Order: sequence, then structure tokens, then C-alpha cells
Amino acid sequence: MTKIREIVLPGDPIDLKGAKARNGLYKNAEGVYCSSYFGVIQRGDQSVDVVPFTGTYMPRRGDKVIGKIIEIGPSMWIVDIGAPYASLMHMNDVPWRSSSGDLKRSLNVGEFVYAKVLSTNEINESWLTLKDVGLRKLEGGSVISIPSPKVPRVIGKGGNMVNLIKDSTQTRIMVGQNGLIWLDGAPENVMLAISAIEMVKNEAHTVGLTDRIAEFLKSKKGETVGN
Amino acid sequence: MKQLGTESNIKLIDEKGLRIDGRSPEELRPIKIEVDVLNRADGSALIEWGGNKILAAVYGPREAYPKHNQDINKAIVKARYNMEAYSVDERKRPGPDRRSMEISKVLSEALETAIMVEQFPRAQIDVFIEVMQADAGTRIAGLTAASVALAAAGIPMRDFVAGCTAGKVDGQIVLDLCKEEDNFGQADLPIAIMPKSGRIVLLQMDGDLTVEEVEKATGMIMGAIKKIAEIQRNALLTKFSVTQTEGGE
Repeated sequence: MTKIREIVLPGDPIDLKGAKARNGLYKNAEGVYCSSYFGVIQRGDQSVDVVPFTGTYMPRRGDKVIGKIIEIGPSMWIVDIGAPYASLMHMNDVPWRSSSGDLKRSLNVGEFVYAKVLSTNEINESWLTLKDVGLRKLEGGSVISIPSPKVPRVIGKGGNMVNLIKDSTQTRIMVGQNGLIWLDGAPENVMLAISAIEMVKNEAHTVGLTDRIAEFLKSKKGETVGN
Repeated sequence: MKQLGTESNIKLIDEKGLRIDGRSPEELRPIKIEVDVLNRADGSALIEWGGNKILAAVYGPREAYPKHNQDINKAIVKARYNMEAYSVDERKRPGPDRRSMEISKVLSEALETAIMVEQFPRAQIDVFIEVMQADAGTRIAGLTAASVALAAAGIPMRDFVAGCTAGKVDGQIVLDLCKEEDNFGQADLPIAIMPKSGRIVLLQMDGDLTVEEVEKATGMIMGAIKKIAEIQRNALLTKFSVTQTEGGE
């Protein structure tokens, strides 16, 4: 990341420099664009965003998220995706055949799914689907959580950060847009991957992070081989 | 002081014009804010304002319960102001009472003006304000800390909320009353504003002031809030000071 990361606080006026205001900004009574979050400014070619340091996840259509089944209705699963509101998954939106009233046979309370947000509405209700490539029930492994605004940093440009962690720790990792991350592999590898993700989380606002993570993973690997 | 509680013989302002704690009429007490002191909360702040020690913790937005309290158009802000039993000289009977319920209500409304509640329909944002040590002006100190905690929790806001008090002591208008001045003074005027726009979000008055006195007090408060807003900003920025050395311009 070569972009300058400039910190702003709620209510700070932002000079758009001719670009369009996108997420995290609002127009005040005088018509000046101001930040609505405590976060960093991200300037693109045509748009300006304010990316908050932390915050809850709000479901958007098309997002791939990790969710936990918290309740089962006659024809729906109720899924916690870390948003202020629970999400719903209808039995017609899963790739296997299930009959009404017998949903817990295929997916029980407490189990995790990697699902896609099918639709949302104006009062922030959302529906999930498992009918797409790569979407599935998550069996085994463990799930950790980070603030959702930090997910892009964990994934990295074109997925290079998460691939780096995957390759050097030999774990399987799935990152949901909502900040839940599923990891599977040998326990010591998973622990190492978790500490690398924690490091990304804590230093998400700094520059040159991928190199530091690579170094960190290398040094840790050296330790285990040395022992 | 010979006898505590005998108000008549306490002199709150001396011959040099200094107050009981040695401050000038327009001087604030020292203020210190620390951010993210609690791990489990989404955002938190600890404020030390003179003798006040107040903890603010923010949770949410999360789904509002009970469900009939949900608002289909916006989030509801539930601030809870609570004074610990040990926060004052004589033990305070714990639990909500008339005073703390009133303060909770006005603080909720003050914060609601700043928060972009319309982004979170059906949700609720909880703000817990725990007064661990009280020394006058706890409501605005709690509010000042709560707005920092909200920003730290990543909740979208139009602006911060910062507050200050002024009052009349020995016939003179002074800024930021301390406990003795609050107890034995003639009036107390807490005001909270959004510092960027100057909009008033909280205004209460205890005692009597003339129109001129209110104007003078308001002017003092407006000036002081600029300093308080700066302290709020710095509290948040120091937490991410790494950026200045590593990622800054």
C-alpha cells in the first residue's frame, strides 16, 4: 500500500479534491462533506471513502459471509452473521433436498456455514443462500472474529495476504466479509495463522504490512524447525 | 473549614479572585481521557475530570429488545447513567433513582442527535456511563466520555458531543464548578454542544440566573468546549499514533 493513510474523526471536513464522496461521508448543513467515522481516508481515482477502524458488519447483497446457525424454524435457518440483526436462510436456498420440519438433520444449531447474502431490504433484513460455487457447511476447524472493516487488509491485494498466511502455515482459511474467519489444519499451524491474523488486525492502518507478516511467519517457522 | 455542612461561613472565592481549589474563574479542571479500556465492549473510554472518574462503555448497534421497543426508522440510543454506591462521600443507595433516570434520558437524547441513527433501523445502541467517583459535573463528563467511546466503537456520527458547566458562585459567574461550588453556589448550568456546528444538544439549569448571566456563562462554556473537543480528539488519535511514524505523510 503506497497510499497515504490520513486519520479523520467524526465531523472532520474532508477536501474531496474533485473526487466523488462514497462511503463513510456525509454532507453537513453548509453542504461540506464530513467524515462520519473515526477512521482513515482512502482516496481512489474518482472517489473518496472513509474506512472506519472498527464497527459492526452491515449485510450487502453478494457478500460471502460466515454465519452460525442460532435457531431453526419450520422452513428456515436463522443465522448469526455478526450484524445487528439475524439473517435467514430458507430451505430452498441450500443445495441439498430437505423437507420442512426436518432441517436440523442437515444443519443443526451451533454449526457454521460459508454463505452468500442473497438479498437485503431497507429495514436491513437479509437472506442467505448456499447455492453457489464454494459455498458450503463448514465442518471441523475453528472460527475467529475480527472487525469487519479490517477484512480487506486480511485478504490483501488480490488475496496476497491470506494466501501468504495459508501457504506458510499450511492451513485452510476462509474469510467472510463479516469478519468471521474459519481456519482448519494442525493445531500449532492454526495457532500461528491466528497470531498472524491478529497482527494484521492490530496493524491494519500501517503501510508495508505484507512484508512484515512474511517476516513474522518466517521467524516463527524457524523456531519450530529449530526445536 | 470548621464544620462541614454549615454553608454560611464557607468563602468560595477569595480576595484575589481565586476559587476554593485555586483556579481562576475561567479555568477548567484537568481533564484526561483514555480510550478502549475495556476489551469486551465495542468501544469504551475512561474520563478523569478533576475529581470525577467516569467509565463509558458502548455496545451495539444490536437488535433492540424487547421487540416492541424497536423503531422501524432508526436505532434507539439507550444511555444508562449510574452512580456507584462509593462514588460520593456518603454512601449512595445503589440502583436507578429519579435523578439518574432523568440524566439517562437527557444523555440518550443528546447522543441521539449526533449518532446517525437512521442507518440502523430496529437496532439499539447501549451506552453505559458508570460514575466511580463524583465531583460535580458528572453528567457532562459522562457525556463527553460517551461520545469518545461511540467514536471508538466505529459508530457513524455527525460530530462529537462535548459539554461543560458554568455557574454562579458568590455572585460571580465561574466555569466548571467543583463539588463545593456546586453544593454551596447559587446556580449551575450544564451545556453540551456538537463542537463543529455549535448546536446545543443538552441544556439544563439548576438555580437562578439573569439573562446577562446566562449569556456570560454560555460564552465561557463555548470557549471551554473547544479545549475539551481537542482533548477528545487527542485521546482517540494517540491510540493510533503508530500511523504518524510508520504510515503518515
